[in-house]
Amino acid sequence: MKKFSPVIKGIPNLQGAKKHVIRLSEKTIEKTVEANSFFSEVASVFLFISCTIKESFSRDFEFREFLRQCFQIGYKSLPLISVTGIIMGLVLTIQSRPALVNFGAVSLLPGMVTISLIREMGPVITALICAGKIGSGMGAELGSMKVTEQIDAMEVSSTNPIRFLVVTRVLAATLMIPILVLYADGLGILGSWAGANIKGDVTFILFFSQAFGHVQFLDFFPAFIKTFFFGAVIGLVGCYKGYTAGRGTESVGIAANSAVVLSSLLVIIVDLIAVQITDML
Amino acid sequence: MNDNQTAPITPAKTKSEKQVIEINELRKGFGPQEVLKNVSLQLFNGENLVVLGKSGSGKSVLIKCIVSLLKPEHGTINVLGENVSELTSDGLGEMRKKIGFLFQSGALYDSMTVKQNLEFPLRRIKKDLTQQEIDEKVIEVLENVGLADALNKMPSQLSGGMRKRISLARTIVVDPMIMLYDEPTTGLDPVTSDEISSLINDVQKKYKTSSIIITHDIECARTTANRVIMLHDGEVYQEGELEKFEKSTDPLIKSFFK
Ligand SMILES: Nc1ncnc2c1ncn2[C@@H]1O[C@H](COP(=O)(O)OP(=O)(O)O)[C@@H](O)[C@H]1O
Ligand SMILES: [Mg+2]
Repeated sequence: MKKFSPVIKGIPNLQGAKKHVIRLSEKTIEKTVEANSFFSEVASVFLFISCTIKESFSRDFEFREFLRQCFQIGYKSLPLISVTGIIMGLVLTIQSRPALVNFGAVSLLPGMVTISLIREMGPVITALICAGKIGSGMGAELGSMKVTEQIDAMEVSSTNPIRFLVVTRVLAATLMIPILVLYADGLGILGSWAGANIKGDVTFILFFSQAFGHVQFLDFFPAFIKTFFFGAVIGLVGCYKGYTAGRGTESVGIAANSAVVLSSLLVIIVDLIAVQITDML
Repeated sequence: MNDNQTAPITPAKTKSEKQVIEINELRKGFGPQEVLKNVSLQLFNGENLVVLGKSGSGKSVLIKCIVSLLKPEHGTINVLGENVSELTSDGLGEMRKKIGFLFQSGALYDSMTVKQNLEFPLRRIKKDLTQQEIDEKVIEVLENVGLADALNKMPSQLSGGMRKRISLARTIVVDPMIMLYDEPTTGLDPVTSDEISSLINDVQKKYKTSSIIITHDIECARTTANRVIMLHDGEVYQEGELEKFEKSTDPLIKSFFK
């Protein structure tokens, strides 16, 4: 070091350079810490998922809590999903009609709307609405249980909170969201029939034979399978965000909010992947 | 049991050499923050040990380490002769069944009625009970805390003092050998505080428990303590009988015992 000091003194700009070096190393440390917390977050996500999967196969399954969650997630979402389903079909029909009239292809309207409902609109819109309703509910409920030490209380009374709270919710969401989607599809088709009757005059029977005349197995099946993944994603994200909420009441709000944001985003991403896979079939 | 205003219940006289909890050189921090630096203490069989310390001194952290909700960085914790950090998850479950933990906030399950709250640990810890035995046990402990009529209420319908008592009932319903009370009287009016303090003594006598009572409420300490430990700055600052603290000239201790 000593050998260089005369040289260093000889360079007037070096003081400035030193500052830059210090700033750079500070920034590096800062980024390393950020990256570190990112990776530990990723690690904790994987740990959470693997714990959940492991506990799903445990011998004491919390069946009552599972049924309660199915009721909460499935039955309690029916009004919201009903309204959305009907309007979805209605609007889709009214909007598509002018384009088909131009080609003189109004008879294709029921089939087209039904296929887009079954393949895409039904699953994605229902899942997004459930991400909002169920994801935020789980984030807030588990988050407040965490903050008020209820999860700790469960743990000290020899109950695995992952098994009791998380597994039941994730499984209930995975099972209920496909059912909600089927229900929304059905109501959407009814809504579409109503929409078709605003400007035209189609009997129920005719509408349905036109609607399902074009639907094939490959329209329905992959779209149905992906809804299970939507359900799992919504349940896992909601529970993870709630379960890992910080200390203090504000973290409940943060947990609920980030559960909605992340699960909506993941629903869209899962949909993208599912569509790519379906396309290859 | 609540007609003790005239003659306050005192803690049971105890003299036992048998240690139920032994903590050695416990250290625990969070990131750069050092909360407990070096804490050693023993809990003897049948006694009420009061742990004093101001807010944020790490009292809750200490008892959470005992039930392994938090993992210590250094030191050993022996509960009933077993080293907590060496237990398997099954062993930990067995050990936790013998310990009752009264949380600072009560931690009643919001989505369940009082009855369901009490049944929850009972069903999981005493698996061989019939429904009738469960019902009887629930009524019995609710009567012990003087709240038998709250059976079908939701936690949100209860006052702060009632929540604490239900919470205490939920803890004693499984007959623990060791009780850990985290600030049982904080946030309650003086009358309710006294009632909770004498309940703690009742539990000690009736269920023959050994207890650690964490508090910064000096009245609660006076009512319940067989022995007192004061935490300060992450270490045990003073330890001894209550009189030793009352007579102390140390300014820090005097600021508690005004
Ligand atoms: N899980 C935790 N994560 C981070 N910090 C914590 C945690 N638990 C406690 N602390 C910190 O430890 C300190 C002592 O907390 P605590 O034991 O709750 O104090 P008290 O003596 O009032 O019960 C506080 O400063 C608190 O912020
Ligand atoms: Mg505390």
